Amino acid sequence: MATTETESSVQTTDERNPEGYLGFRLGEFEFGRDDYFVYINWPTGRHVMSADTFLKALQRDVAWEFFYGIVNFDGVIGTVNHYGDVDLFAGRYNDGWRKAELDHLENLPTARIKATFGPKNGSNKAAITRHRVTAQRMVGVPGDEGLRSDDTGHPVNRHFHDVPQDEPEIHAEPGFEGDVAAFNLFAYLSRSDVTWNPSVVAACKDSLACPTTEEYILPIIHGNDRVEWFVQLSDKIIWDVEDRDTGTVRATVVMKAGDVCAMPADIRHQGYSPKRSMLLVWENADAELPELISSGKLPTYPVDL
Amino acid sequence: MMRRFETKFGSLDHYEKGAVEVIDDDPKHYTFSNVFEVASRSRPYEKVAVGQNRQYVLEAVRAEGTSGWRTASHDEFALVMDGEVEVRLRQLGEGQRAPAEVEGSIAVEGEPEGAPMGRVRAGRGHMTLLPAGAAYQFHADRPSVILMQTIGGRDTVYKWADIIQTS
Repeated sequence: MATTETESSVQTTDERNPEGYLGFRLGEFEFGRDDYFVYINWPTGRHVMSADTFLKALQRDVAWEFFYGIVNFDGVIGTVNHYGDVDLFAGRYNDGWRKAELDHLENLPTARIKATFGPKNGSNKAAITRHRVTAQRMVGVPGDEGLRSDDTGHPVNRHFHDVPQDEPEIHAEPGFEGDVAAFNLFAYLSRSDVTWNPSVVAACKDSLACPTTEEYILPIIHGNDRVEWFVQLSDKIIWDVEDRDTGTVRATVVMKAGDVCAMPADIRHQGYSPKRSMLLVWENADAELPELISSGKLPTYPVDL
Repeated sequence: MMRRFETKFGSLDHYEKGAVEVIDDDPKHYTFSNVFEVASRSRPYEKVAVGQNRQYVLEAVRAEGTSGWRTASHDEFALVMDGEVEVRLRQLGEGQRAPAEVEGSIAVEGEPEGAPMGRVRAGRGHMTLLPAGAAYQFHADRPSVILMQTIGGRDTVYKWADIIQTS
């Protein structure tokens, strides 16, 4: 298709199609859409997705800065974060496409793919500029990330009206107000305004406590590049777990309050939360981990019995 | 009429455990356990690893009565998962602090010799900072459960075969 290079290296079609949409190009990938579907073409193949599913995944991928590891939009299309550049792929982590040798991958600077996938002419500024919580020590410590309240625009979610909102009693001796700190994490989570969006509430060096609230379905299939841990704090989540590289089904994990589960470094997963629930995602942010695991120097699972 | 939702938390007295339903995998790779089940079988203040990511750990701790004083060279965090726990904080005297190169908490010899820093009464869902270099002590009138975010230390107990789903 005839395309034009616009600012930030975004390549679009010269004209809109009859449904009113521009087409986009990233490397040899072409993206187009109509009222219902997104059409993705590459030199050796093509793929169709529901526009709803595609856009939800795209929005999540960009908002997460391409997250840890792989963000699969579905079983064919997705991105791999190399933390500075990003692979955009079709069929690379799908056994059928790989065996047929019809898969395709483009490595792109993060800024370029972000410009193409990122904000356009929409008006939901509050959503796309939402502050992402990244505590340096802990939420509630003076000078660190603050608590949530009605006044900060974080009302208690309707699924969590029964969650106590009491705060811990803190008795700090004079001069130690900065070090004697505590907060109600469950109340904090009951006021989360988003789902499937881990945010750092406590950091012990590279060990990050990233709790999140979950409801309905994770809008992408997340592929790990390191071991990731889950602690179910409330209610229940069901995880479908597949092999990261082939998509072969490996397990279903049912997690209830108090359950702890590691997700191995070579899986991908999608979660289902029947009621809004609280999940502690526990990450190791050590930047060397993906290389240590992919080179085989570290196992893909956390513990050898 | 607005529907009422019930949020389900776990406790020592009542928890339901999920499972890894294996289709084609080794369940041990998921290291699946439950903090309430682990704490129900633990001695008071035994620090049982329920999560491990290289040097970092999550420990399930049964809080019951008064713990010994501990300290670490780095921040730690205590999340009360059940019950109520008082966290007492004190400064340490010279020679009582954890060496900077030692990761994980260590027991303090004797009583902390520094000034009281304060205390926190933490209930279910409350997370408390255990600041680097301070001494801390837990007290619980009735059995409670703490999830500790820390680094594996000399007193971390690893007993995976006893606590995780293996088949």
